[in-house]
Amino acid sequence: MAERRSPLAGFAARFEAAGAGGRLRLAELPFLTQINVRVDPEGRAAGRIGRALGVPLPVEPGGAVRSGDLTVLWLGPDEWLVVGPDEGEDEGDARGPGLRDRLAETAAGTADDHVSVVDVSAQRTTLVVAGARSRDLLAHGCALDLHPRVFGPGRCAQTLLARAQVVLVAREADEFWVLCRASFAGYTAEWLLDAATEYVT
Amino acid sequence: MLLIPCPWCGPRDEIEFHYGGQAHVAYPDDPAALSDEEWARYLFFRDNPKGPFAERWSHSAGCRRWFNVVRDTATNEIHAVYRIGEPRPVIA
Ligand SMILES: [Zn+2]
Repeated sequence: MAERRSPLAGFAARFEAAGAGGRLRLAELPFLTQINVRVDPEGRAAGRIGRALGVPLPVEPGGAVRSGDLTVLWLGPDEWLVVGPDEGEDEGDARGPGLRDRLAETAAGTADDHVSVVDVSAQRTTLVVAGARSRDLLAHGCALDLHPRVFGPGRCAQTLLARAQVVLVAREADEFWVLCRASFAGYTAEWLLDAATEYVT
Repeated sequence: MLLIPCPWCGPRDEIEFHYGGQAHVAYPDDPAALSDEEWARYLFFRDNPKGPFAERWSHSAGCRRWFNVVRDTATNEIHAVYRIGEPRPVIA
């Protein structure tokens, strides 16, 4: 069996070093399960999916809601990204059906609605940018207003970070997730480390 | 750089968007019935006003939705932003 290797596996030591000053924490959260869901938010399928997730699909633009270890991100008026823990690489193992299968099964119960449930876990990897200077660091390459009043916990946005397309998620007061394309992950990590230089020592 | 208010995401920098040309250009009811000249007019001929112009934009680096903007081509002032399917607002 091939060994899994995350896009930023080679950055662990440099991320660690960037946190030495105590004002920043950088880390990769590899292999999170990511399921793209497209459905009419007012249809019955959306309600069933919400009940299966334990939280309604957020309809407010830029909303991010959590239910247990799942996070549901608003990507568009009929599009969401459900992020959950790593489910390993084996399909159909002893732990039972994965998140994608559970959601697809839920959605299939309503034949009158059009629903798309797609596993896009390999599309993006997740970076944690946390610490007292996390906002300052992201602001070097992001035009959004990241002030907690505007972009606090419960908010997410698809935007550009250093010209790379990302999904930015405010997790806690000073903790963000940056979901970036696997092929852009190395670039994004190098940019973050470079921009973080002034906050490291 | 323009600050374009996406009807879903709110104001974002112009670099997050793609331009889609004139809005409200209806697809011909019966394309096969058109003469070559009529087809060419549908494909290639667009208004080119100096002033308010209804045009399509896509929030390609954000929510990836198409929407319409009424923008003044002379001043770049954005008079209105509205979703696909909504009528063009009347600009005083
Ligand atoms: Zn948008």
